[in-house]
Amino acid sequence: MKEMKNNPVSPVIQIKKLWAGYNSEFALEDINLNVLPGDFIGLIGPNGGGKTTLLKVVMGLIEPTRGKVKVMGKTPQQGRCHIGYVPQQVALDRDFPIAVWDVVKMGLLGCRGILQKTSKEDEKVILESLQRVGIEDLCTRPIGDLSVGQRQRVYIARALTTRPLILLLDEPTASIDPQASQSIYELLHTLNNKITIVMVSHNMDAISMHVKSIGCINRKLYYHGTKEITNEMVNAIYNCPIDLIAHGVPHRVLSSHTHEGEDHA
Amino acid sequence: MLEALQFNFFRNALLAGALVSIACGIIGTFIIVNRLVFLSGGIAHAAYGGIGIAYFFNQDPVIGAVIFSLLSAFGMGYVVRKTRERADTIIGVMWAIGMALGIIFLDFSPGYKADLMSYLFGSILAVPASDLLFMVILDVVILLTVVLLYKGLVAISFDEEFATVENVPVNTLFFVLFALIALTVVITMRLVGLIMVIALLTIPPAIAGIYFKDLKKMMIAASLLGILFTTCGLFLSYYFNLTSGATIILVSGTAYGIAQASKSLTNHRKNPL
Repeated sequence: MKEMKNNPVSPVIQIKKLWAGYNSEFALEDINLNVLPGDFIGLIGPNGGGKTTLLKVVMGLIEPTRGKVKVMGKTPQQGRCHIGYVPQQVALDRDFPIAVWDVVKMGLLGCRGILQKTSKEDEKVILESLQRVGIEDLCTRPIGDLSVGQRQRVYIARALTTRPLILLLDEPTASIDPQASQSIYELLHTLNNKITIVMVSHNMDAISMHVKSIGCINRKLYYHGTKEITNEMVNAIYNCPIDLIAHGVPHRVLSSHTHEGEDHA
Repeated sequence: MLEALQFNFFRNALLAGALVSIACGIIGTFIIVNRLVFLSGGIAHAAYGGIGIAYFFNQDPVIGAVIFSLLSAFGMGYVVRKTRERADTIIGVMWAIGMALGIIFLDFSPGYKADLMSYLFGSILAVPASDLLFMVILDVVILLTVVLLYKGLVAISFDEEFATVENVPVNTLFFVLFALIALTVVITMRLVGLIMVIALLTIPPAIAGIYFKDLKKMMIAASLLGILFTTCGLFLSYYFNLTSGATIILVSGTAYGIAQASKSLTNHRKNPL
């Protein structure tokens, strides 16, 4: 808290010297990250590189082994009220008997208890979320009838219903065709006007065009608050930048000089 | 045709069938969507341990079954919640140990034990009034709990992680659900016996799930289907002099087969290969 007062903009998520993992094996080592209001951060890394673990630690779903995590200056358990979470889609059991409207309504559970009745105003919030992601006409359909891309929009709408300050997305375009993922990135771009976004992915082609800054994560985090990928990052997790170079993204993401030593944020 | 209705025991049996069907329709729906079928079977069999111990100490077996099924529900529930992998192995072990414990305690109990078969295969035709009262109370408890906690129960069933992030008391709700499963198992056991409990808990909601993609509708449809199956089963068992529990299950199973077949037929028509 003291440090935050010195800072003109306090970070919405603050991670300091974080170590975390499962069964004595660390998935994350010495992570330091400040997410500032308005950021749109894309974190890329190979599968098993700790991307999901990082999101889960921020949301208090996994206790860190060492280090500190603050969300809106509070513990993850208290601060996660301000987080809208869009989980990685597991196509497995989406045959759940539930309509789109009721899924989006779950965003209203947030931090006010499950006994509250749904009011007229709540219904307006649900409708607004549905409209923002453009699926209001699907609201009575069972979730199992939707395409993967449509379902992703449902989960984004559910996250928006929580009226989040921060949006965390786990592989938002996994198993979605390029066109649908393009439109999801455009949607996120618009949402970023008001909401801070952190997104993780193993596919960086599209990510790099829409985010404001990029980091790489493979147990360790390489993030300098810029949109460039340094040689250091390439060396650390060459899986993903190689991918990038091979696909030839219109943007020049790989910088010719490195940014080490430059203190950002 | 309806001469059976003049018998008091038969009317009681129909009533018991309806009461149990309501509990099974609601709780069974949660069991199916949460994939807790195996856990429910485990609870039913482990409850036999409670019955044996109650016999040994000369207590009401139903009370023994209630206590034991609650304990095993919490034990198995804990295992399911804590150890994601291999939970089925541990449930299987507890399932068998509970059953074995019951049998050993019965070996040690003196006297005539013919009544015990009724716990294995059910005794719907000999439901005492006290059981009917217990069933009514349980139905009321289940209805009130589910109505009150509906949003939370749906949230944890659909996406536990998201519910946690929303600070829904996920663990508490799961244990409420486990307790309700345990109590439902005990009254269902009186009806069709512990071996066939799973059928009545899963078949009606499974059929309902084919036609309804909404939890509430699924619960209502499952309850109504359960009432239909128990009623048909009872009449058939009366006229053909068959074991009532098994007849009910076979009626349900036949309906399930027909429902599944018609589902794959319509699917086939929709998307011909």
